[in-house]
Amino acid sequence: MTLKANIGTESLVKIFSQSEAASLQPRWLAPVRKAGIASFAALGFPKLSDEDWRFTNVSSIAQLPFTLATQVAVNGAESKLIAESVFDKLPGHRLVFVNGFFCAKLSNIKPVSGGVRIENLSATLANDSALIEKHLGKYAHTANNTFASLNQAFFTDGAFIFVPKGVEVAEPVQLIYISSAKQIGETILPRNLIIAEANSKLTVVESYLSTGNVAYFTNAVTEIFAGDNANVEHVKLQDEATDAYHIATIAGEFGRASNVSVHSIALGAKISRNNIRTNLAGEGLECILNGLYLTKDEQLADHHMIVEHAQPHCASHEYFNGILDDKSKGVFHGRILVREIAQKTDAKQTNKNLLLSDDATADTKPQLEIYADDVKCTHGATIGQLNAESIFYLRSRGMSLDTAKQMLIHAFAGEIIERIKCEPAREVIDKLVWDRLEAHPHLLGK
Amino acid sequence: MSKQPILEIKNLHAGVENKKILKGFSLTINAGEVHALMGLNGSGKSTLAAILAGRDGYEVTEGTVTYLGKDLLELDPEERAREGVFLAFQYPVEIPGVNSTYFLKAALNEIRKHHGLQELDAIEFLALVKDKIKLLDLNEDLLKRSVNEGFSGGEKKRAEIFQMAVLEPKLAILDETDSGLDIDALKIVSSGVNKLRRPDSCQLVITHYQRLLNHIIPDFVHVMADGRIVKSGGKELALELEANGYEAILKQ
Repeated sequence: MTLKANIGTESLVKIFSQSEAASLQPRWLAPVRKAGIASFAALGFPKLSDEDWRFTNVSSIAQLPFTLATQVAVNGAESKLIAESVFDKLPGHRLVFVNGFFCAKLSNIKPVSGGVRIENLSATLANDSALIEKHLGKYAHTANNTFASLNQAFFTDGAFIFVPKGVEVAEPVQLIYISSAKQIGETILPRNLIIAEANSKLTVVESYLSTGNVAYFTNAVTEIFAGDNANVEHVKLQDEATDAYHIATIAGEFGRASNVSVHSIALGAKISRNNIRTNLAGEGLECILNGLYLTKDEQLADHHMIVEHAQPHCASHEYFNGILDDKSKGVFHGRILVREIAQKTDAKQTNKNLLLSDDATADTKPQLEIYADDVKCTHGATIGQLNAESIFYLRSRGMSLDTAKQMLIHAFAGEIIERIKCEPAREVIDKLVWDRLEAHPHLLGK
Repeated sequence: MSKQPILEIKNLHAGVENKKILKGFSLTINAGEVHALMGLNGSGKSTLAAILAGRDGYEVTEGTVTYLGKDLLELDPEERAREGVFLAFQYPVEIPGVNSTYFLKAALNEIRKHHGLQELDAIEFLALVKDKIKLLDLNEDLLKRSVNEGFSGGEKKRAEIFQMAVLEPKLAILDETDSGLDIDALKIVSSGVNKLRRPDSCQLVITHYQRLLNHIIPDFVHVMADGRIVKSGGKELALELEANGYEAILKQ
């Protein structure tokens, strides 16, 4: 296995050496990409013996016959997919990327004022890259992150969103990533950079969909900078093809008294992993990491968080609920790092897992690293079935057994969904999750 | 007017996992009546309530329970509810994520559907709620929250009686509704229950203490010990219990 994994690493390094010249890019980016591939080559694919990967075996990713997904002529499949998805109803700006490449035809960026920029990253890189240079790679570090390193080396395109001081973007910005991959090992590398300056307000809804089902590989990175008092909400939906692999890094640095929510809804992919890294870099800010994963068959959904409390009086709350069926697996791994200066930290983690089958498994691991002495850190985890007492209570009021179960499962998912503050986004996610649950044979007692 | 029996329990023997709890319990409750069932802890009061509501895990070995002419024990809990059986829980369950209003509307509509009535829409239901909520002096905001979540003990009990007011059961079983209530909450709950008395329905009030019966005046009081009724009488029996204690009654 080690040998094969090395082959995967080597093949990507080789691809890099052959493809480097092709991309149109500013001069400063070449060394950044080189640093990415160097870091990737040094780290290689993670193994189960790595503490941060002990529950998630990515050897099947490491053994993929990698090819970089290419820009394809968009046919009706992509627009049909969007038209039939719940996102069609979501108002606001829309940027669509197919195989990691911007697709202007399917996108709809409305006029913006006040210096707001909603663009695709590669266009901004070609024209006006100073802001990108200042922020890119500053939050999603390559150290200890194979996949962020790989993305830094190869990323194709993604969103560049800039909200200047004091400006509010009223409507959500929607980023839709569609895979039209047809070959095993096609690798899609989106990269987003979101900069919300002081006192600004922004909602971003990032979703990953596909038109076909092969073992392709999405390796995405989203970096978020939130300035002092900024209010940022980021909603990520992962609904990849069932044979696909999805690894994403969401990394952010947040300023004083800011309020940032990062939501992650994981429905698709054979193996999915979200590396969420937040640096609470200003005093008195509030950060919510909120996630829901629904898995069945042999799916694995992993959320791995590192929340760094670097300043005093910050609150970080992590809420993750998993609904796991068949032989699937859910992983929650949350590390909280409280720096010596970060007194009065209030850090809370909750991970609840609902097992709908005897063969489903949930791994949950809290990790606290605390150097300050006046802090409040709590962790709670549950793994279990639907509460029999709640089922009886509902039945005793006239609900059938199936209705009672559905209400409770919906409620369990709803606990997470209702934390999405942007109402249109919350409604579409709720509808999507509920449709998915209703389509689930177990739930309806079929 | 001839008495119309709603609930007839005859010689009921039941228990859990080889442990007999009810040992020949018999009781008939007619329309319009309020019965109080009193007894020490462990006498089988709550087991009886659980069996009547259809909770899993109890085994009935002997006897019958007839509800409006039907074999109650043959019905699933939800069928009992739709037929008009209501249990006010001793410990109402908190159900995070299930909105109280949504839940109660679904419950009422299940019952209405069962009786061939048209389901109420959101506006009709809200009008009903506004009408009934006054009975219990319940803060309307509670209905915007999840079922019982974060409610105080008193709020939970009031919410149970509020559900009862909305669902209008034929047989209401109040399982230790007074436990954990302060005197003000007790008065509110009792007055709510009293207002829900109707000639065509009945109430079985299960309690450990006499004090509830200062507010809900029963037509009959039964004293339960070791799985059956050992003494029945009028409301004065409760006072006798209060004055002399269970020991004196049980010795007789």
